[in-house]
Amino acid sequence: MRDKLIFSPWFALAPVLILVSVLLGASLVYGVAQSLGLMSVIGQNTLSLDAYRNILSGQGPAGGEFWGSLVFSLWVSITSTIVSSALALLVAVWLAERRAGSGNVDTLALNWNLAFPHLVWAVALLLFLSQSGLLSRWAATLGLIQTPADFPVLVRDSYGIGIILHYVSKEIPFLALIILAVLRAQPAGYDLIAENLGASRWQRLRYVTLPLVMPSLISGALLVFAFIFSSYEVPALLGVDYPRMLPVLALRFFNDPDLHARADGMAISLVITVIVLIVAAVSIKKGEQ
Amino acid sequence: MNKIYTFVLRFALYIIFAAPLALFIAYAFSTRWFFPQPFPSEWTNSAFISTLSDSRVFSGLRDSLVIAMIVSLLSLALGFPAARVLGLRQFRGRQIAWLILFLPTVVPPLAIGMGLNILFLQIGLAGSYVGVVIAHLIPTLPYVIFTLAGAYARYDENFEFQSLVLGASQARTFFTVTLPLIAPSLVVATLFAFIISWSQYLLTLFIGSGRIITLPILLFSAASGGNPVTIAILSLIFLAPPVLVIAATARQLNNNEGREQY
Repeated sequence: MRDKLIFSPWFALAPVLILVSVLLGASLVYGVAQSLGLMSVIGQNTLSLDAYRNILSGQGPAGGEFWGSLVFSLWVSITSTIVSSALALLVAVWLAERRAGSGNVDTLALNWNLAFPHLVWAVALLLFLSQSGLLSRWAATLGLIQTPADFPVLVRDSYGIGIILHYVSKEIPFLALIILAVLRAQPAGYDLIAENLGASRWQRLRYVTLPLVMPSLISGALLVFAFIFSSYEVPALLGVDYPRMLPVLALRFFNDPDLHARADGMAISLVITVIVLIVAAVSIKKGEQ
Repeated sequence: MNKIYTFVLRFALYIIFAAPLALFIAYAFSTRWFFPQPFPSEWTNSAFISTLSDSRVFSGLRDSLVIAMIVSLLSLALGFPAARVLGLRQFRGRQIAWLILFLPTVVPPLAIGMGLNILFLQIGLAGSYVGVVIAHLIPTLPYVIFTLAGAYARYDENFEFQSLVLGASQARTFFTVTLPLIAPSLVVATLFAFIISWSQYLLTLFIGSGRIITLPILLFSAASGGNPVTIAILSLIFLAPPVLVIAATARQLNNNEGREQY
């Protein structure tokens, strides 16, 4: 009996499974409780759906911004995902065409992206693209602009351009590596046959390459969407106060001195989580194909 | 024509990746670099030295290093046995175990941090190193486990049986057979756990409760309104470990590894 227990795979898995489920479970329970207004700190012990009602009906300080923030979040996340997927596809196809030789060099170059955490990448964009940043100085040197104020607002702008630029540049390598992995696993034959049969370059891309990489690309793109939709640092650094993305809104109200606003912030964060989990589930389904 | 395209593309790729370092160095080591000068003309390291000797930066650096080291070793110790059975064995409930360990990679740190914030306050872990280390394990454990499980899936257990049949002890088999075979992935997993913990912002913010000030927290607050020189210097310090780790492990990273966004 003792032997059976020790050799059971669950014996080795137990510590991590318990740790992860307790932490995730506790954060879920405490999060839901707070969003329902259960807070021993302010002596409130009755459940209420006020936070969700506020948000969904657009009432109160947090609710008033919710729908606008949701639209802004979707705009930034969807645009970044689509643009980076398209560019990643181009990069990967170009790199895969030169199959022989230096494939490792490209993988290395694409992995180099990992050396820059999102926080630092956002800071780099800030220094590079702000109105008194490096690009603006170069434009002034070339005589394109006279003062910093002439330079277009590319970061901390109200359209989310800075945030989108950040994610596009950061996610291209991520998605390109996924596509390259699929392309490199395929024999060169498909493309050659299509070429022999008279397919043009565009036709080969459209009818051979694209169907091959599509499931992995969609799966990866959905993960990218979920990541962008739920992360905080980049929109907090590269965005403006209004409109702001949902995570920024959620944290703002979670930290509100008025403890009743905490429930609204928590509810927004749970809405984000539900959306992200649905998208991730679809991504896994796609990835299995 | 094709060759020129790929050359240009490749060149652009390298520029993009070298650019941030050059940018930070230009801001960190220059002085009196006024608009519209395109490049700094006067260089100095005095700002760099005074930032490094700032006590807040020093303790941030120390906290970041200590936390990331403990987190990476703990995730290795906890994750290794789990990864071995996930990679080598087929058993009932394997999918469920996999799913539970996958969840932390998709549940937003924002929601995890907000939920754990009150709990850790109640049990006295908020604002403590222990609390922050536990919170950091949430994103690092899945990474370590999936990297090592991937290595074990390509691993042939028969080498171990052979060694045992030939009379080697369990310990000797582990150190002379298992460890050398699995070592490259072990190193990659540990180093990545280190930089995932090193780069955590939100979890440290929620659990550290303003008392554990790591480098990302300093950098974030500097970037929200500090001067470019300080921001660039903090960025360079913050970048050193990830850049070294990627440079050292790039050859080991195949396409399926190094996927975590942190």
